[in-house]
Amino acid sequence: MSLLFNSENEEVKLGVVNVNEILLNKLKNEDIKIINYDNLKNPTEVVVEDELDAVLQFEEGKYIITIKNSDPSSAKGLVMKLKQILTTFSIPSTQELNLENIIVKTNYVYGSSETVFFDVLSPILIGFFVFFFVFLISGIGFLKERTSGTLEKLMSTPIKRGEIVAAYLTGFGLFAVFQTIIVVVFSIYVLEIVLVGSIWNVILINLVLALVALSLGTLLSAFAATEFQMVQFIPITIIPQFFFSGIIPIEGMANWLQILAKFMPIYYAADALKGVMYKGHDLINIVHDLLALGIFAVTFILLNILALKRYRRI
Amino acid sequence: MTKTISVENVCKSFGKKDILKNINLATTNGTIFGFIGPSGAGKTTLVKMIVGMDTPNSGTIHVLQQKMPSREPLQRIGYMAQSDALYTELTGKENLHFFASLYKLNRSERKTRISYTADLVNLTKELNNKVSTYSGGMKRRLSLAIALIHDPDILILDEPTVGIDPELRLSIWNELIRLKIEDGKTIIVTTHVMSEAEKCDNVAMIRNGRIITSGTPEELKTFYNAVDLEDVFLKAGRELS
Repeated sequence: MSLLFNSENEEVKLGVVNVNEILLNKLKNEDIKIINYDNLKNPTEVVVEDELDAVLQFEEGKYIITIKNSDPSSAKGLVMKLKQILTTFSIPSTQELNLENIIVKTNYVYGSSETVFFDVLSPILIGFFVFFFVFLISGIGFLKERTSGTLEKLMSTPIKRGEIVAAYLTGFGLFAVFQTIIVVVFSIYVLEIVLVGSIWNVILINLVLALVALSLGTLLSAFAATEFQMVQFIPITIIPQFFFSGIIPIEGMANWLQILAKFMPIYYAADALKGVMYKGHDLINIVHDLLALGIFAVTFILLNILALKRYRRI
Repeated sequence: MTKTISVENVCKSFGKKDILKNINLATTNGTIFGFIGPSGAGKTTLVKMIVGMDTPNSGTIHVLQQKMPSREPLQRIGYMAQSDALYTELTGKENLHFFASLYKLNRSERKTRISYTADLVNLTKELNNKVSTYSGGMKRRLSLAIALIHDPDILILDEPTVGIDPELRLSIWNELIRLKIEDGKTIIVTTHVMSEAEKCDNVAMIRNGRIITSGTPEELKTFYNAVDLEDVFLKAGRELS
């Protein structure tokens, strides 16, 4: 547990423009890595492209902080820290405390000053619900086929194993499509969860995730003998994915855990969903996530067809 | 007379346990072949291997001149399992429709076959009811109807008449005999009921995974000087021990 929650404090990367040398030293003392820029036309773009946490500019007598805010909790902390350093720096040696002299403007790359942790959590939760329901229902549905003996009966007919898997994917897939649309529409229009990007991308991500859940559910049902055992798979498959979905910052975890995270389908879905809903990413930014999910789905489908060999070798 | 099923020197074991040993038998078209034996003798395992759902550890099985397991002959085989394999949320008719579609019957064929098989097992009236409302005997009858739906050349029926009243049992057997004579079908039946075994053309008695004796009912009764097949079974069993 401590491996998950005790993050080694990641170094903060701060881009600076036109900032006093002494102030820079103060910042360096606070474990902030400084990257100097001569001139910045578009600090927002630079924060994203150069993977900075924030940019600090001093222009026309005021400070401008451009904060990435991809994780609102740590972002708030960073803004406060910077403001604190700036105020202590700006107190003249004559001890005239005049806070009004220090003008600090804060710009947000993602979200706003009102963004809270839930705004980052909620896109991931949508993925979770879709995954959970589709997994459970498809798993138990396919399990019933096995326990009632109809799967065995099917294998005495000329149907191919691949056709059985395809039929299940299509049937439950249709249901998964409806469910996904309902969950997404409800979340965005009723719960008013933040959505910066396109709703179509959100639906697309969830559909691919549902496909993964479908194929994993039917695959694991091969290892369950009863519905109760199938339900016991939930803690095994859902809970680890919760920890690695990005709700708890992954960057702070031990290295081997970070590698483990890459093996969880939810990791990619969460990354894509957060990207589209919170950061306003486009299709091109999430293609790699969708591809990873696609690979998971194909692997599980192939394993499914293999698992049916138990009933008929050919 | 063509050889429809041939089982040659088949052995099957699960782990260290021998389920079947040195099974040899053959059937020709237009005959009813009976497997008789106690529970656990290996009848169901043998029957599943004939359908290609399981494979022997050694020996070969050919059905319609094709080595099993193979998907092709399945189109012409009708299998009725020992325990019902039915979709209980569907009606009898929907079950029949579904399995008919797996055998690629077209619409008119489906209609004809459904009415024929339902009539044969006396389920025409209850066809539109959900299977969950069926009695045990009705479910068995539906399973039999499903096995017949595509007019297969080979019928493999694992304890088909369990839970069925004597009158219906008789009419089902009469139909099986008719299918054998008129359509030249090959029928394999496993049963505990000795009176049914009498109606088979050939009988193999299986005990502890081995065929202890086989032949026509008449041959067996003469050979063992027995009054009926039950007697044959008891005598043949004693001979072994």
